[in-house]
Amino acid sequence: MVRFMLGRLLRAFITIIAVVTFAFVVLRMSGDPSQVMLGPDAPQDAVDAFRHRWGLDQPLWVQYFAYVRSILTGDFGVSMRDHASALGLVLQRVPATLQLTLPAMALKLFLGIPAGVYAALNRDSTTDRAVILLSVLGFTIPSFVMGLLLVLIFSVMLGVLPSGGQDTWVHGILPTLTLAIGGIGILARFSRSAMIEVLTQHYVRTASAKGMSWRNVVWRHALPNAALPIVTLVGFMVGSLIAGAVVVESIFSWPGIGRLLIVSVSNRDLAVVQCILLVIAATMVVSNLLVDLAYGWLDPRLAARRH
Amino acid sequence: MSTLGPSFIELSNLRVGFDGIEVLHDITLTIAKGEAVGFVGESGCGKSVTWLAALGLLPGKAQVTGSVRLDGEELRGASHRLLERVRGGRIAIIFQDPSSSLNPVLRVGRQITEAVRLHRSLTVHDAKAEAVRLMDMVGIPDARRRFDLYPHEFSGGQCQRLMIAMALAGQPDYLIADEPTTALDATIQAQILDLLNELRAETGMATIFISHDLGAVAQVCDRVCVMYAGRIVEEGRTADLFDHPRHPYTRGLFDAIPRLNAPRRRLLPIPGMVPSAKDMPSGCAFSPRCPNAVAACLEAPPQLGGLTAGRRLACYQPMPSLSGLGLTETAKLPRYATP
Repeated sequence: MVRFMLGRLLRAFITIIAVVTFAFVVLRMSGDPSQVMLGPDAPQDAVDAFRHRWGLDQPLWVQYFAYVRSILTGDFGVSMRDHASALGLVLQRVPATLQLTLPAMALKLFLGIPAGVYAALNRDSTTDRAVILLSVLGFTIPSFVMGLLLVLIFSVMLGVLPSGGQDTWVHGILPTLTLAIGGIGILARFSRSAMIEVLTQHYVRTASAKGMSWRNVVWRHALPNAALPIVTLVGFMVGSLIAGAVVVESIFSWPGIGRLLIVSVSNRDLAVVQCILLVIAATMVVSNLLVDLAYGWLDPRLAARRH
Repeated sequence: MSTLGPSFIELSNLRVGFDGIEVLHDITLTIAKGEAVGFVGESGCGKSVTWLAALGLLPGKAQVTGSVRLDGEELRGASHRLLERVRGGRIAIIFQDPSSSLNPVLRVGRQITEAVRLHRSLTVHDAKAEAVRLMDMVGIPDARRRFDLYPHEFSGGQCQRLMIAMALAGQPDYLIADEPTTALDATIQAQILDLLNELRAETGMATIFISHDLGAVAQVCDRVCVMYAGRIVEEGRTADLFDHPRHPYTRGLFDAIPRLNAPRRRLLPIPGMVPSAKDMPSGCAFSPRCPNAVAACLEAPPQLGGLTAGRRLACYQPMPSLSGLGLTETAKLPRYATP
């Protein structure tokens, strides 16, 4: 198990290095920050001074190693706009994003999984068909369309909910719903098929045959087995708690990480974009590690293979 | 064994259909406490479906009609409470594939303890002790230490022993063994059959033994029902039926067994295939493959009727009653030369 975890940690570290490198190279190849920051009419000596100030006149590999050295010492650089700490800027935005993504996650879990399980237990019933239909609608409509649709219905037509801003918790309702709907649909669909698969297994019949009530058969024997594929999917969702709201934050003018990312990319604010990507990669990697740990706990056969 | 003991299972006119197609026709049968009755026939002949239907374990879309009585009490359409008390508590069942019949993510000890607690009012502690005792009884070595292991840490034969331990947990009067040895290799098969025989001798529990293996049936059962295409076609005491098979299908089954104690001869397969449930012939289901078929066989299916004492047969043109085919021994010999 220790060897297994060390292997996973090494893999996680390599993933993060890959993300950092990729972001670094692509950002510098795709545009010059001096053009954006100083404007197209800036005099050449001002541009040279700016490039020298941020080290952009150095060869790419020199810049890269300097960057890697600084992040290894915990220095994530400063914003080119106001010299504020990049990490500080990013962390400052995390709570706003979590205000949307955590309630959305809770909705996905507490509506999606029960809906899927209920549909599987009542297969081919009207409820089952309704769950399938709604979940397909939920995850096929892209979030930017869904967001606008909800704004149209609840803000424009009914006038009951605000269409943007972050003033009160009521402002969070539409963006949270927009984020949650797709995930609820996917989780319902996934839980349904996982549960249907498990219900045909012989051990479910064994549990009924020994005189257990159907309710207990479902809770104690079927659900723990259906949990495995569901946990995989939930892991992905947890991994995107930070990064998953980019589009939705833009639609609803929500001052979270996603908005910061878009603004920083268009400003070519290199240190901030790199820092955001690093934080996103780190959450993905951590949630993957958690999923791996959960696997071993949920399925003793997998745990055995790791020893 | 036609005399009824104090406890008995009575199936009458039991029928099962899937999607409007009847796959099990009119099964009428009584099994007394302590008996060992075998059900033989090819895959799909309805031998498992009969008993899954009796316990209400078929999927919801199955249409079951007729009656299943335990000590006179109707089980078909009975309340969940009654069925849950009967399943495992009065009638337990073990299945063909022991490894997939145990829950892979739960410890085996817990699965057995669960069965004990469902049917006997014991404390958790006592139920665990009882589960260990049962594991011991079915021959799991070092039961106490292996109580907390998972099913994948046991071999197929040991999983079947664990299934048997779980079946015994509710102290049932009847054990349905649904092809309990089919998925196991030959030496393990013999051990499991011995175990079933021992347990029956010790507990007086009746055994309903479903198999397509005539040798295994001969080793375990007092009485045999031969099934074909959803019907019982012949029934009798094991020795009697094996020595004098009267239904051409039963006879065909014996002719297809290799004999070790006789000169080499060609095996005689039964020609043709089992008709599908969708286009069953209007007469006897075996008539298209039967060497004895006459016009009457094509008109209406023969009814299962009394032949001699303890013997029933559904055939218009039975095989002549020969004496001394000696098939009881033959059927046992090929694989189960156990001491």
